[in-house]
Amino acid sequence: MKAMLLAGLAGLLFAVGLGIGGMTDPARVLGFLDVTGDWDPSLLFLMAGAVGTHAVLRRLIVHRPRPVFAPAFPNLSQTRVDRRLVGGAALFGIGWGLAGYCPGPALVSLAKGAPLLVLFVAAMLAGMALFRGWEAARTSMRRGTADGEQPTGGRPHAGTTP
Amino acid sequence: MHPFLLSLLGGVLIGVSASLLLLFNGRIAGISGITGGLLTPASGDVGWRVAFIGGLVLGGALLMAFLPRAIGAPAVSSAGVVALAGLLVGFGSRLGSGCTSGHGVCGVARGGKRSIVATTVFVATGMGTVFVMRHLMGGA
Repeated sequence: MKAMLLAGLAGLLFAVGLGIGGMTDPARVLGFLDVTGDWDPSLLFLMAGAVGTHAVLRRLIVHRPRPVFAPAFPNLSQTRVDRRLVGGAALFGIGWGLAGYCPGPALVSLAKGAPLLVLFVAAMLAGMALFRGWEAARTSMRRGTADGEQPTGGRPHAGTTP
Repeated sequence: MHPFLLSLLGGVLIGVSASLLLLFNGRIAGISGITGGLLTPASGDVGWRVAFIGGLVLGGALLMAFLPRAIGAPAVSSAGVVALAGLLVGFGSRLGSGCTSGHGVCGVARGGKRSIVATTVFVATGMGTVFVMRHLMGGA
């Protein structure tokens, strides 16, 4: 219960930070990405504030043996830069540049009740679901080949859950 | 307050929020990851995600009540472009294991190589997209 309250508080604080920082105004976001036009550098200050603050605080936090309500800190040992990482980031950036919304600001802006925002969030969830389907199909095909059997779509596989 | 200072202050709040989530819940404040994890719910792993996203939406409602100009109107009016953008943001963030929050804030603050590469790539393709839309096609 306390863990949920803390997560809710963190989400609320995150939303207020995005809002006063300018990320929930797509005109500002597109102005920041428009480096060859009338460039608005203010979101660089948001990045600097967020990265700087978290860089300092997380160094203090990870000295603890474990988080307050969880058994361990996340294991982030993966360091390989692969095609998935670069390709995913590239697609993400194109979508971000098309409408000026990334996931956090889109969810925060839902409160405005604009139909286009509801559409954006629905499409974003559909994109995430599409990824799950695509990944499951790939895993299934690889296993099918390896096991010498026909690929089956809906079969649950070990190792596909993040 | 100068917009640069407001942005800096907003960034500090985001950094504090990400730190609270790490300190108390042991989680990375990556919004695409938190949201994506709800599509394949695992037992015992749903509550904090719903609470965090609920906090985000509630925060948006508070902004609408006290600082309504913070939440801008969509800059694009074409439903087709908005839907395509949402699909790319959703698919791309899962394929690339993160978005502006997970890679751009938490990962870069940690000095993670993958996050620094991902952030560089999505800022670059975002800038390229705006360049094409605004200066080559004259739209948006």
